[in-house]
Amino acid sequence: MRWVLAIAILAAASFFLGAEAQDARQGHQTERISGSAGDVLEDDPVGRLKVYVYDLPSKYNKKLLKKDPRCLNHMFAAEIFMHRFLLSSAVRTFNPEEADWFYTPVYTTCDLTPSGLPLPFKSPRMMRSAIELIATSWPYWNRSEGADHFFVTPHDFGACFHYQEEKAIGRGILPLLQRATLVQTFGQKNHVCLKDGSITIPPFAPPQKMQAHLIPPDTPRSIFVYFRGLFYDTSNDPEGGYYARGARASVWENFKNNPLFDISTDHPPTYYEDMQRAVFCLCPLGWAPWSPRLVEAVVFGCIPVIIADDIVLPFADAIPWEEIGVFVAEEDVPKLDSILTSIPTDVILRKQRLLANPSMKQAMLFPQPAQQGDAFHQILNGLARKLPHGDNVFLKPGERALNWTAGPVGDLKPW
Amino acid sequence: MMKSLLPQSQLRRSAAAAAARSSGGGAASGGADGAGSDGGAGGRAPAASTFWFLLHALCCLVSLFLGFRFSRLLFVLLFSTTALYSSTSSSSSSAVLRATTTTTTTTTTTTTTTNTITLSFAATANPPPSTSANYTALDSAASGTSGHTQSHVVVGRHGIRIRPWPHPDPVEVMRAHRIMERVQEEQRRWYGIKEPRQVLVVTPTYSRAFQALHLTGLLHSLRNVPYPLTWIVVEAGGTTNATASLLARSGLTIVHIPFPDRMPHDWADRHATENRMRLHALRVIRERKMDGVIVFADDSNVHSLELFDEVQKVQWMGAVSVGILAHTGTAGQPRLSEEDKQNMPLPVQGPACNSSGQLVGWHTFNSLPFAGKTATVVGEAAPVLPRGLEWAGFVLNSRMLWKEAEGKPDWVKDLDAVGENGEEIENPLTLLNDPSSVEPLGNCGRKVLLWWLRVEARADSKFPQGWVIQPPLEVVVPAKRTPWPETTAVLSSELLDTKQDQEDRRLSRTNRSSRSRSTTKRKGDVQGQEN
Repeated sequence: MRWVLAIAILAAASFFLGAEAQDARQGHQTERISGSAGDVLEDDPVGRLKVYVYDLPSKYNKKLLKKDPRCLNHMFAAEIFMHRFLLSSAVRTFNPEEADWFYTPVYTTCDLTPSGLPLPFKSPRMMRSAIELIATSWPYWNRSEGADHFFVTPHDFGACFHYQEEKAIGRGILPLLQRATLVQTFGQKNHVCLKDGSITIPPFAPPQKMQAHLIPPDTPRSIFVYFRGLFYDTSNDPEGGYYARGARASVWENFKNNPLFDISTDHPPTYYEDMQRAVFCLCPLGWAPWSPRLVEAVVFGCIPVIIADDIVLPFADAIPWEEIGVFVAEEDVPKLDSILTSIPTDVILRKQRLLANPSMKQAMLFPQPAQQGDAFHQILNGLARKLPHGDNVFLKPGERALNWTAGPVGDLKPW
Repeated sequence: MMKSLLPQSQLRRSAAAAAARSSGGGAASGGADGAGSDGGAGGRAPAASTFWFLLHALCCLVSLFLGFRFSRLLFVLLFSTTALYSSTSSSSSSAVLRATTTTTTTTTTTTTTTNTITLSFAATANPPPSTSANYTALDSAASGTSGHTQSHVVVGRHGIRIRPWPHPDPVEVMRAHRIMERVQEEQRRWYGIKEPRQVLVVTPTYSRAFQALHLTGLLHSLRNVPYPLTWIVVEAGGTTNATASLLARSGLTIVHIPFPDRMPHDWADRHATENRMRLHALRVIRERKMDGVIVFADDSNVHSLELFDEVQKVQWMGAVSVGILAHTGTAGQPRLSEEDKQNMPLPVQGPACNSSGQLVGWHTFNSLPFAGKTATVVGEAAPVLPRGLEWAGFVLNSRMLWKEAEGKPDWVKDLDAVGENGEEIENPLTLLNDPSSVEPLGNCGRKVLLWWLRVEARADSKFPQGWVIQPPLEVVVPAKRTPWPETTAVLSSELLDTKQDQEDRRLSRTNRSSRSRSTTKRKGDVQGQEN
């Protein structure tokens, strides 16, 4: 009797092992992504949180967009699309008493120059004016001084509202946003403009435009390293050394003669197609450490080579970026070719499998209309992970934490 | 004095403005600031104005020769000490100190003033426009950063790191190529053809002058096909050693089948014989139960490698687009009217699809412009046209021919029932009961995957057997005796002269001493012969 049992157990075990080995041998095309927060890319935020959307007058949002519809196409368009998504999302609630998070739809980057670059000079006043409005018209700001509110600030240096790093550091994060959660594209460790508890998001890249340039996946990847962009910003930094902390210039000087590196300042019409034919795509910092290249590399299956010291990548708690991309310190740029060629082949293939995972690509995009697992849902997942609110979120009556007169004098002017 | 004041200040301001735009901006603006601070000194003698002018010129010269960085360093050390030491927190000076001790790297630039030491400053001179607002930025930066845990990433100018020999290392290049090969292999495994099937290539051929030309081309194409391949060569007139040796050199798997009838010299008959040879090959495939995709590759056709990738997708019977190259063969082109040229359709034979990708008909080659001018005999200098639908445009699954095969559709005729009564088998559609079930391949016929061409020499043209010259040539055959027609009389006599000269020279070298006498004598002889 015991023998029969033992044999039965052995048979079951071997069958189970055989099935597993079969799985491994099959060589899956994609791999499941488990970040430090677990397999959270596929979580559904609906039901885990409730968001109340403040109804601000249209001068903060719709009028700005009507004045300049180009705001919908530049890389900061995430704030506009987030607003539209939340208006029709299942997590929206019309009862502010039961809301966990409050959203203020103010388009602070929708002030573009004729050439299309956003000017941040009025943004602090715009934000301040919006906050004053919600603080006076609803009681929810005052009861927590903004700790259960979140704002989308996708500009170069987030809520520091400037494009030059020194000036941004000088300004610091807007004092009124000290307790709020910021959803921003900028992320760098130990930097003034990255608050603890911020959610880093990818910059906006138009999903339809990228889908339109897909090539058959069996096109062989024959470019080793690919990059298109500036190495020297001659108009703003004529001598070099400021732009990208000299890292891009270093890439050019070291590898312009290297046939493995397809790098230039061209703007080819086949940019997206070329990325799909490359194994590695460089994503070096520019004036700010983040760039849409990361999103493009992920969507096109090209392994991103991130050259930006201390950068905090989008949804870093959900996506294991070290396993997906290659991180190169800025001081190691002269050795970039040695670093890339010495990565073991199976590590490279594993990275490509992780990149091929559709949930990975979906998490980087802002599709219209929103789809399951896209960046909008990852933002909501991030907000949901911060729930339930801690004890210091809601202030005791009479307690005040914000200084309403802090900051440069110019910011205090009404907008 | 007042008069002198105005031009002075204007000079200063314009100089400052101009200098701010140029590279010597720091020094000049510093100079302007310095001048502005004691603007009341404008009341002094013109010596002061010349002094400032000279100082400005000196600063420009310094910056010209030593570079912007040095002059700016000078400016900072001379003029900004007041701002630094008057700041409230001591951390500001520590900020500067920290900045000066960060990365000193070597930068080799191509400017004439090579700066070997690069100092990094935290926020001293911003990229232009540089204003005196620098100082407030420095202050606030210092106070801003002092409160945070220090990251090693410093804002400001960094050196551009260049390694001493910025050229590719061959070992690394090879490693990169191996990585790419492995990546491409994985891509093929994931996205390419899952189970490649064997390709059975059916070629009717016969021994003639152009056989080596055509078979060599086809041989090379087939060698490059990445799938397992069997080449079934049917030879008219029985197997010959010449063909066999040509095929043996290919390194492919060959099935060399003899066909009893000789190839006729008439194009119409030749087409019919080829069709019968192909059917014979199909019967052999059926007997031997060969499994795979059957491609009809005529020896004179040209095939693209994509054809063989595309035919892997065929289920039972597929059709591809064939480009028809009607080679004219004459010196003069057939006279086509303008209308003919306009209406000339594409020389493509293949499946025609509707918008939903289903087969609705066939494109065939329009032979009307060539009416009456086509070649009838092999080797004639006139266009050779295809008839209806060529076999080359069709692909079969060999299981379709087997007597018993699972899943064999009922719209396929049994092979035994075809061609037995000596009827003409024009195209493979006669193998089917229902021609509408043919699958269009190559993006529904939009991609032309092979080209049909018939180029042959005269049927009786001479060529060395197996293209080996045995025994070696001793006599140069005069042009008059070769079978191909002469082009012009003048040309041939010139040829004759030169040939006679060559022969004479050779003979005179061996036999006689004086050349000239013999040449003239011969020439005279030749001319006599000509007339």
